[in-house]
Amino acid sequence: MSHAAIHDQHDDHHGAPKGFFQRWCMSTNHKDIGTLYLIFALTMFFIGGSFAMVIRAELFKPGLQLVQPYFFNEMTTLHALVMIFGAIMPAFVGLGNWMIPLMIGAPDMALPRMNNLSFWILPFAFVLLLSTLFLPGGGPAGGWTMYPPLALQSGSLAYVVFAIHLMGISSIMGAINIIATILNMRAPGMDLLKMPVFVWSWLITAFLLIAVMPVLAGAVTMLLTDKYFGTSFFNPGGGGDPVLYQHIFWFFGHPEVYIMILPAFGIISEVIPTFARKPIFGYKAMVFAIASIAFLSFIVWAHHMFAVGLPLGADIFFMYATMLIAVPTGVKVFNWVSTMWGGSMTFETPMLFAIAFVILFTIGGFSGLMLALVPADFQYQDSYFVVAHFHYVLVTGALFAIISATYYWLPKWTGRMYNEFWGKVHFWNSVVWVNVLFFPMHFLGLAGMPRRIPDYNVAFANFNMISSIGGFLFGASQLIFLGVLIHCVFFSKKKAGERAWEGAKGLEWTVPSPAPHHTFDVPPIIHDEELAHGNVNA
Amino acid sequence: MGQQHDAYFVPTKSFWPFVAAAVMFTTMFGAAHWLNAEPGDSGFGRTVLAVGAIGVLGMFFGWFRSVINESLSGRYNSQVDTSFRMGMMWFIFSEVMFFGAFFGALFYIRMFSVPWLGGEGHGALTHQFLWSNYAASWGADGGNGPAHVGGSFSTVAAWGLPLLNTLILLSSSVTVTIAHHALRAGHRGKILVFLGMTVLLGALFLNFQAHEYIEAYRELNLTLHSGVYGATFFLLTGFHGLHVTLGTIMLSVIWFRVLKGHFSKEHHFGFEAVAWYWHFVDVVWLCLFMFVYIL
Repeated sequence: MSHAAIHDQHDDHHGAPKGFFQRWCMSTNHKDIGTLYLIFALTMFFIGGSFAMVIRAELFKPGLQLVQPYFFNEMTTLHALVMIFGAIMPAFVGLGNWMIPLMIGAPDMALPRMNNLSFWILPFAFVLLLSTLFLPGGGPAGGWTMYPPLALQSGSLAYVVFAIHLMGISSIMGAINIIATILNMRAPGMDLLKMPVFVWSWLITAFLLIAVMPVLAGAVTMLLTDKYFGTSFFNPGGGGDPVLYQHIFWFFGHPEVYIMILPAFGIISEVIPTFARKPIFGYKAMVFAIASIAFLSFIVWAHHMFAVGLPLGADIFFMYATMLIAVPTGVKVFNWVSTMWGGSMTFETPMLFAIAFVILFTIGGFSGLMLALVPADFQYQDSYFVVAHFHYVLVTGALFAIISATYYWLPKWTGRMYNEFWGKVHFWNSVVWVNVLFFPMHFLGLAGMPRRIPDYNVAFANFNMISSIGGFLFGASQLIFLGVLIHCVFFSKKKAGERAWEGAKGLEWTVPSPAPHHTFDVPPIIHDEELAHGNVNA
Repeated sequence: MGQQHDAYFVPTKSFWPFVAAAVMFTTMFGAAHWLNAEPGDSGFGRTVLAVGAIGVLGMFFGWFRSVINESLSGRYNSQVDTSFRMGMMWFIFSEVMFFGAFFGALFYIRMFSVPWLGGEGHGALTHQFLWSNYAASWGADGGNGPAHVGGSFSTVAAWGLPLLNTLILLSSSVTVTIAHHALRAGHRGKILVFLGMTVLLGALFLNFQAHEYIEAYRELNLTLHSGVYGATFFLLTGFHGLHVTLGTIMLSVIWFRVLKGHFSKEHHFGFEAVAWYWHFVDVVWLCLFMFVYIL
């Protein structure tokens, strides 16, 4: 009894349970639940992507071409909600689920049943959210930020609020699980400062999630009571203030932005050392930089509201606090570059996406700095420049990191190598078209094109057409990704070894590929030289 | 084997999480449908809501029963215990942040939005052109804003029922702590008495709270519609009341579990989790008493 994990059911010792419902709906297995999360995220990525295609098609030419303005607004709102809560966040949770136990030598997540609940809430929550498209009153169309009073006019507000409550419950439980796993389930000898940076980034992200998801729940609850129960939180006539909503929302919203990028930092910090065949430069600095960014994320929220009429002192405080974030972020970018410096680099698909991340995310960071300047922001506010900025950090930032992680760990998940040629085709198409798609938006924004509109001045026609072409081709490029994934999972003949990549270090590469249904039934013996950061104190 | 964790524990498969997700969805869908019901609606949303709510109760009962049975069979080791403890602590932290949103709203409204409406700081023009008659203040005179939403109202006096409720909750924290010490000393009779007192004090609190609400609605004209004063008052005290209700139910469950001898001197995470929760609810009340009733 003392040398095997205590599983209550005999079949758990051997492999996955047989029945479909038993395996996928009753699971307590972090790998199966991780897979569910990743498949869900991929599905939502294509649904949210199709909304984006509608947006770009409508904006292909000036004038109303294809859809009604209300439907266009539904598309912009739902594109954001689906991509943030349905694609990016669940993808990171899925990666965390799969990899954290493998990376710290744990048999599973600390609270496996709650893990399953966290996942299964999500499909239900999105049924609730997307069902609003088919309701008589239509879906939410006031933007994903749901500012009152506009959001209060939406007939489907209750559905959206409850869907967000469900997503919040799911995220909080997922985050609690990740913290408990990392703090309580590490194998003996896996000290905190020997953990992979990805695990560190998730520990800090989980803290952010628990701190801010309840705040979002509070904000949308106030919307709900204002609309349906006659309260006056956001009604100045009753002593309230619509700007109050923006404060509460962005107190959630800004840490949320880092929830979507810190795990990406972690991924890139795993991928680059592997393919540069060098340990990460400045491991401790990387960890402390993530922690500083997380701390700063709580005191910068009002930079989303510079133009709303804040007192001048507030504008100035939030401007300086925001610019401070460039310091730890700069530390990270320099450390990634220094890791590559003098390394024996090879350029497999995960590494290509990681390098693209470093360059393009930095561009997104620079445009963020521009937006952080109060006087300049008065011009950029609510223009396509903002759209360009956050798509550079979220698409070429968060999404590229997720794609990089998928290629990087796919051999570990499936036991097979993906097709490197088609992976590279996917990469080059993505990286070219994503820039064709988003770079012109900078110019459009600086020239004054407002965001969230279905029609625009003819002066903006050329760049919009270029952007739309980039959008369609970037969207189509992701079908290559789907093809590579399907080929790898079902058809690839090329087996992956335990250590699928020559330079890969860490516990996850000491178990067979594909990782068996149960790993580390017994706490593994940690050999520091196997770890990516085993000798940090040396 | 002992309670050392030289081996890991992974729980068996369970259908409760899936059931939980399904009944939560049912509840939320029913509630949303109900809120959007037109006059003359068939009551479909309300029915779905009721079915979902019953499902949630059943799910909690079933899930906890299976966990309690596993715990009693001695399958959980000390590592599982630590995971549960961390889970509960972080859950309470998330609750703190949830209340933080509403307290934050209260502070913002009192410090900024109401004074601005009265012409302070950069609210001067709004005041002059929209509501030049409005003298900003909190409470009965200005708490429902320049439009006097909900009509004039009076506030609940802090030194009546709210003070009594403060004393009740503080005593209940003492009794639950005495029960905890008794549990560690192994005096079951004493636990039952003091835990029982805690449950009764919780129920008494809720009873007084209900009285206070009835009085506010019937005699003070203080309602959810009473501008932002009524909104913050009822949402803060209301969410707190919900948490007291939940805490009282949990304490009662723990009382029955003590009666059945579920807890030992060393093994009583369930008891401690509920005790932590109770203290949390108590602290929230102290903040409420201070910032909602007194100040």
